[in-house]
Amino acid sequence: MIKLRIDDMDVQAEEGWTILDAASFYGIDIPTLCHLDGLTPYGACRLCIVEIGEGKNAKLVSSCTYPVYEGLKVRTHSKKVMGARKLIIELMVARCPNSKTIQDLASKYGLQKVRFKLKDEECVLCGLCVRMCKEQMMSGAIDFVGHGKDRRITTAFDEKSDLCRTCGGCMFICPICELRCQGPNPPGALCGSCMNMSSTCLDHYDDAQCFMVESGCGTCVREDAKEKPKEKT
Amino acid sequence: MNRLQSASDLEKLRKQILSKRDPKKPCIVICSGTGCIASGCEKVSVAFQEELEKQKLMDKVDIRTGGCPGFCERGPIVVVQPEGIFYQLVEAKDVAEIITETVLKKKVIDRLLFTDPQTGKKIVLEKEVPFYKKQKRILMDSNSLIDPAKIEDYLAIGGYSALAKALFEMKPEEVIDSIKRSGLRGRGGAGFPTGTKWEICHKAKGDLKYVICNADEGDPGAFANRGLLEGNPHSILEGMLIGAYAIGSSEGFVYVRHEYPLAVKNVKIAIDQMRELGLLGKGILGSKFNFDIKVVQGAGAFICGEETALMASIEGKKGEPRQRPPFPADRGVWGKPTNINNVETWANVPLIVNNGAEWFANIGTAKSKGTKIFSLVGKINNTGLVEVPLGMPLKEMIYDIGGGIPKGKKLKSVQCGGPSGGCIPADSISVPIDYEALKELGAMMGSGGMIVMDEDTCMVDTAKYFSKFLLDESCGKCMTCREGLERLLEITTDITEGKGKMEDLQTLAELGSLVKEASMCGLGQTAPNPVLTTLRYFRPEYEAHIKGSCPAKVCKALISYHIDPERCTACGLCMKNCPADAITGKKGMVHIIDQGKCIKCDTCYDVCPEKFDAVRKISGEPAPRAVPQGTPIKKREAKQ
Repeated sequence: MIKLRIDDMDVQAEEGWTILDAASFYGIDIPTLCHLDGLTPYGACRLCIVEIGEGKNAKLVSSCTYPVYEGLKVRTHSKKVMGARKLIIELMVARCPNSKTIQDLASKYGLQKVRFKLKDEECVLCGLCVRMCKEQMMSGAIDFVGHGKDRRITTAFDEKSDLCRTCGGCMFICPICELRCQGPNPPGALCGSCMNMSSTCLDHYDDAQCFMVESGCGTCVREDAKEKPKEKT
Repeated sequence: MNRLQSASDLEKLRKQILSKRDPKKPCIVICSGTGCIASGCEKVSVAFQEELEKQKLMDKVDIRTGGCPGFCERGPIVVVQPEGIFYQLVEAKDVAEIITETVLKKKVIDRLLFTDPQTGKKIVLEKEVPFYKKQKRILMDSNSLIDPAKIEDYLAIGGYSALAKALFEMKPEEVIDSIKRSGLRGRGGAGFPTGTKWEICHKAKGDLKYVICNADEGDPGAFANRGLLEGNPHSILEGMLIGAYAIGSSEGFVYVRHEYPLAVKNVKIAIDQMRELGLLGKGILGSKFNFDIKVVQGAGAFICGEETALMASIEGKKGEPRQRPPFPADRGVWGKPTNINNVETWANVPLIVNNGAEWFANIGTAKSKGTKIFSLVGKINNTGLVEVPLGMPLKEMIYDIGGGIPKGKKLKSVQCGGPSGGCIPADSISVPIDYEALKELGAMMGSGGMIVMDEDTCMVDTAKYFSKFLLDESCGKCMTCREGLERLLEITTDITEGKGKMEDLQTLAELGSLVKEASMCGLGQTAPNPVLTTLRYFRPEYEAHIKGSCPAKVCKALISYHIDPERCTACGLCMKNCPADAITGKKGMVHIIDQGKCIKCDTCYDVCPEKFDAVRKISGEPAPRAVPQGTPIKKREAKQ
């Protein structure tokens, strides 16, 4: 057994574990996006960063790829980590504002404003589908092409792949290509309602949430529509 | 040539080569590095060949096409030995004169000599040229002493004696200890102690170990490794042999850029010659040491200079870094322990083994030993490769060796360490340059690229340029590098286009430190340096952009051009050259720029003769109202 300290607690881990493995074993929550048990650790989303080392040597590493060793000191929720994680989520929201997974992360970390211009990408390049296809489905029909900001996931030469058995594993695992939240907010806005459990339209609907009521217009954030429910009550 | 079976065979061969050479025989050394090839040295060397044949002097005069001595600004360079007479900017038409006057009559041709720009004196001898005088050329010096395609030349200057010494007089541990004591640190940029790196790999468990020479020098403006590989490939290969012996490796790779054709060619020639002599293969020099080297060519990706991406590329995979640990010393190419060093690091090894660790440790500063080759480029008089002891202040490098800034302009900043290095402001240039000092300043040693910028450079534009380069060259694997750099570029672009906000500076700083701290590999971890250092040292310039002016008058969206009616002489040059037809005017009438049509290409500013100096660049305020069409030019008073 390897002895290490996570968040000022003495813990033990088995040889070959990563920091993420050890932390999850002890119930410490580290958010991940590109990590899934059963697939090779990839370390691309950087969401699972933790701080190791002390003083001048302190640095951020991705916990999903970093192996534990004797005497390692890890801080999973230090100021530096939380700040960096929040900014990473901000970058993610700016790239894929319509993903529920990312929106949920944003509200969990209290992100209130996105300072960057919103894009509307349908892929955050976490590579889960690529690894799923290759490692679990033994197919390898899709992979990354291009580099820098032109990096994307596709089949070879953008043509229908003979290797693809249309198993749907890639779609099943994707954190982004899911139906956008059907709540009242416009696409891309930071809503966070499902995470913090506040009702969307408390002023106007006392006994039910707006989207449960037939007359619920779902447009309460729109200035021009604000008057509508009042007329009915 | 026969295979060498022992160290004494090697010495015998060396003596044999030296006995055939007469140090007093005149020899014309023509630089054949890439810089001089670009300035036309091939024509010059053909002309020398023909001229010597014509004058039937083939037996009496030698010609040597040597490697790059570094003074690329003045190429093609010809040095007449044994006197060491230094001729610069030589053309084919000068060849006959050099042979008849200098080689035969020992007369110096004044017109081809180098003039010191600071004193105005003509300089005859190579060693007297101020560009070389302040350098300490332990690596670069041999470039002009040998023809890179001839192993005999390398043997004649003592080549492979360090290998023989290591193989027969030292244990692997002693070699590692010697490198450790010398204080040699990785020349690829990060500055990890080489001896320690070797020791880790030496101790790693594995039946097969690899050594790699990282020659994937992709930084714009950096060509130090190129100069060494093209000029003296054997020194690097000898270093690799010694390293492989110390580590216990039996296979090596030279990973060199496909864009360096001459380097690829010279390394391949060198490897073939070594194999012929038995310096590669089984039982090198009759010992039990087996080693072979393969050349792998990079396909042009900048990221492949990063060690884990480079190894993926050698394995035939896409050049993409992976998170370390495991470090290459534990799991490298195909999962085997691998030791990877930069070209310059390898080239230092034979010198340390031959001259001793103490000799090397005496050069440099307390923590950074030895010399470093810098590529001095940009707005500087003497462009070229300079090799200086670590610890030399930038100021000496720029003014004493580099000869200062052209046209008497003011130095603004030096970008050190390649595209992901930092911009050091002009008031910090007296700091002695070593690994720690550069890190302190926010820059890094990198591959030794040193881009000098004068007062006409806009720092925001510079940060934008390098961010663009790095975003294009990022592999895009990790979120922070790909998205972070894209946003850094987006914000800096907005600022240069006058669309920035004051809050953006805070966002830039936050985002920059995120990319630096949270990215996976060396590229991402250093990529925000240009933005962070310019923000640190040139913040007022960012603020000026946000307020609507570009102090250096570079950013197109923030400048306008105006013709001063007081100075315009209606010469028509600007009108003729304007690609947008934005300038109107007639003979004797003041020329006017139509601001609506102007594409701000800078042409009118460039072509307006210096003595008139009528075209003005204006930033931060609207262009003055143009004078009405047909205003006659002002008659200049005759100067008396």
